[in-house]
Amino acid sequence: MTVGLLVLRRLLFPGTMALAVALAFVTTSRASTAVERVVTPSGIEAWLVREPSVPLIALDFAFRGGANQDPQDRPGVATMTAALLDEGAGDVDAKTYHERLENKAIELGFEADRDHFSGSVRTLVENTDEAFDLLKLALTAPRFDSEAVERIRGQLLSNLRHQATSPNEIANREWWATAFAGHPYGRPVAGTVESVSAISADELRAYTRRVFARDMLKVAIVGNIDAARASEIVERVFAGLPAHAELAPVAAAAPQGLGRRIAINLDVPQSVVVIGGAGIPRKDPDFIAAFIVNHILGGGSFSSRLYREVRETRGLAYSVYSSLVPLSHAALFMGGTATRADRANQTLDVLEKEIRRLAETGPTEEELTKAKSFLKGSFGLRFDTSTKIAAQLVQIQLDDLGIDYIDRRNGLIEAVSLGDVRRVAKRLLDGGLLVTVVGRPQQGLASKSDGG
Amino acid sequence: MTPTLEVRFLSRALRIFAVTLAALAVMTNGKPAQAETSGPNVSHFTLANGLEVVVVPDHRVPVVTHMIWYKIGSADEPPGKSGIAHFLEHLMFKGTAKNPAGRFSQTLATIGGQENAFTSTDYTAFFQRVAREHLPMVMAFEADRMTGLVLSDANVLPERDVVLEEYNMRVANSPEARLGEQMTSALYLNHPYAKPVIGWRHEIEKLTSEDALAFYRRFYTPNNAVVVIAGDVTLEDVKPLAEKTYGAVKRRSEPGLRVRPQEPEPTAIRQVTLADPRVGQPSLQRSYLAPCYQTAKPGEAEALDVLASVLGSGSTSRLYRILVAEQGVATNAGAYYSGASLDPTRFGVFASPQPNVSLPQIEAALDAVLTEIADKGITPEELTRAKTRMVADAVYAQDNQATLARWYGTALTTGSTVESVLGWPDRIRAVSADAVRDAARTWLQKQRSVTGYLVKDWPKNEAPKNPEKHS
Repeated sequence: MTVGLLVLRRLLFPGTMALAVALAFVTTSRASTAVERVVTPSGIEAWLVREPSVPLIALDFAFRGGANQDPQDRPGVATMTAALLDEGAGDVDAKTYHERLENKAIELGFEADRDHFSGSVRTLVENTDEAFDLLKLALTAPRFDSEAVERIRGQLLSNLRHQATSPNEIANREWWATAFAGHPYGRPVAGTVESVSAISADELRAYTRRVFARDMLKVAIVGNIDAARASEIVERVFAGLPAHAELAPVAAAAPQGLGRRIAINLDVPQSVVVIGGAGIPRKDPDFIAAFIVNHILGGGSFSSRLYREVRETRGLAYSVYSSLVPLSHAALFMGGTATRADRANQTLDVLEKEIRRLAETGPTEEELTKAKSFLKGSFGLRFDTSTKIAAQLVQIQLDDLGIDYIDRRNGLIEAVSLGDVRRVAKRLLDGGLLVTVVGRPQQGLASKSDGG
Repeated sequence: MTPTLEVRFLSRALRIFAVTLAALAVMTNGKPAQAETSGPNVSHFTLANGLEVVVVPDHRVPVVTHMIWYKIGSADEPPGKSGIAHFLEHLMFKGTAKNPAGRFSQTLATIGGQENAFTSTDYTAFFQRVAREHLPMVMAFEADRMTGLVLSDANVLPERDVVLEEYNMRVANSPEARLGEQMTSALYLNHPYAKPVIGWRHEIEKLTSEDALAFYRRFYTPNNAVVVIAGDVTLEDVKPLAEKTYGAVKRRSEPGLRVRPQEPEPTAIRQVTLADPRVGQPSLQRSYLAPCYQTAKPGEAEALDVLASVLGSGSTSRLYRILVAEQGVATNAGAYYSGASLDPTRFGVFASPQPNVSLPQIEAALDAVLTEIADKGITPEELTRAKTRMVADAVYAQDNQATLARWYGTALTTGSTVESVLGWPDRIRAVSADAVRDAARTWLQKQRSVTGYLVKDWPKNEAPKNPEKHS
């Protein structure tokens, strides 16, 4: 019913996991999940899955270069661009643009993360032309009318004011600002009140011109269409974009401040903890082993070590997790939890002890067997809707894993040995952590000012 | 909470009340709906012990979503035991005589299955998503824990701490959620929907194993449950499996009719204010007591669904267009209605003012929009757009077996039927502009409502003398 919150047994964290995990596929090979490579006349590659049984088309795309392409003094440009892209384009004003989407129940969304600007469209088959005409307009001729810019700016500032006192937000911002001081990753993706207040329409336009280009583009399309039609759609939407992006170079980086604990005072009953250290790059030969190690430590099941030790045995937290975050220019291992103020120290100690224990002694044979079995068996669950398939296919392309990765991936998991995970557990977990804690002050936690 | 949290701008999703409305949004999925023509071939049957089974075939990939829904939620709790439905949901993972603690989850973790559970005012549900060949196994586990649960203080007490941390995360740490609790309680004068689903903190702290087991023995019985299986299965696959697993569970109680104390006719305009120094963006919310699909006259809940869409769903909606785009007094505004409940529900509207606009000013602007729609009704374009959107939602839902499973589970635990779900798009198509106007006139009357102000500072001279810590 409507009146209450829906209370889940456990929060899941699909966002982060998707980045890292993304890459499984149904073991049973079926015609409906076979991936075809489509190349359009102007040379744009798209991956297609034909899905005849549902009357919709899902298209996902991404350009490399997300918030890391924000001008140095203007964090939030990519985010603001994403928020404004459906607010009028070509000769269609914002109101009309939204009405045209709504009149045909077309779902269109854009988002920016640290490394990508991405979008997705979902439409009923009969409205295909309208949907992709509107997408093309948004990508090639966004208006950024002052009415829309000011209206969306107001919304974004409202969100930022709202987040400014959220312990989760503060803990995360502080972690990234410390770990990547001076690097684009240190700047908040959504920007700051100061930067978002100052962003101009010209800056938004400049961002789209630099980033929206065919050489940075990955596309996937799923639906009841054949390769010829898919090619026609992709060509129509994207062929008008410039051939080459003009991305500012982003330096490779490693997280700084490892070994520090930063405490920030906020009068909330529950303290929020964010931890993170160096991870393993997606292309590193050890990535799959690291992925298994993370699953054993704090990945997505009710059986991870952190879940057992922090939640199940001690009742310290509702949510505790860890994940691999392989960004384009830095590889991270991150985790987090939230617990009442007077148990924050104890919880942190348990977290760090479990991480150290896994680094030192590695997983057991049984843990490895179970983890492999889980990771292979949960493949299909990532591909059971057209929308999910489209998203996964874009991620595989962004990670540059090859169209056959889907078939190879289970073999890669299977090939990992106990020696591999023991070695990689040490490599992944022994490098020290930067910790941010936001909550009521506790003894033993250095506050931000005197943290060292 | 994820370190890589991203802001996503869906064309229709308004973001400002993300925390509170995300939960509501999940629930609005509970509206009965399904595509009319090419939809799944849904079937259902009832076992001799009273358990109802719904099968929603989706043969695209060899995966199934298996859910069991108990017709028991926070509104069915005994007085003084708020939160017991949700606490029991957590404790259902603590093992049975046959399958000791952890075995079910360990097994799922080994085969790559996903699992979770959730509680609301009218139902408690558990689900697994697995490769199709594991369906018999999860059905056997789930049938076993319908009556076989074993609890001890050693696992109950730490889990109560877990629930208190969940309370801290969802409520105590969130000014929006704390205002929401107060508003809900002010809206319902007599009905147990007044209580938070997670419970009042002082009562959660005192819940015991005995409380949980008493609740369990009374309400967890096959004649009080619905199993929904969506995915790569057929009725022929499921029927013998259901007989063998759930069919072997004896009915062990008669929970009886779900008759809760009902609301008197509301007669006063209620206003609540919550101040928290952490409120960086003030906001206004209002809830009207409104009929649900179960209690409304024919067509009335459908009209309320259309009204919520026209009034407050997305950038073309009245509230967004007038308050945000035309007048520029709000940074965001919208409306929602979730009719899938056993007893009268609420119709909600909300707005966040621009920095130079006060909450009374935004309230006046909001009231003007509501008055206009009650006086003059909606345009044919607005009506068509809302219907198109809602009927399309039912088609989009076919892409997601878990969504479909959820729709049927919600419907069948809130007094609705499979047939009613199947007929929903047609009933939406039949809604007239007059019916929408009448729904606004009848139900959006201020004396039926509670208005909540979320502010940073208490009004002058009204600050509490001994501000209470919330934990």
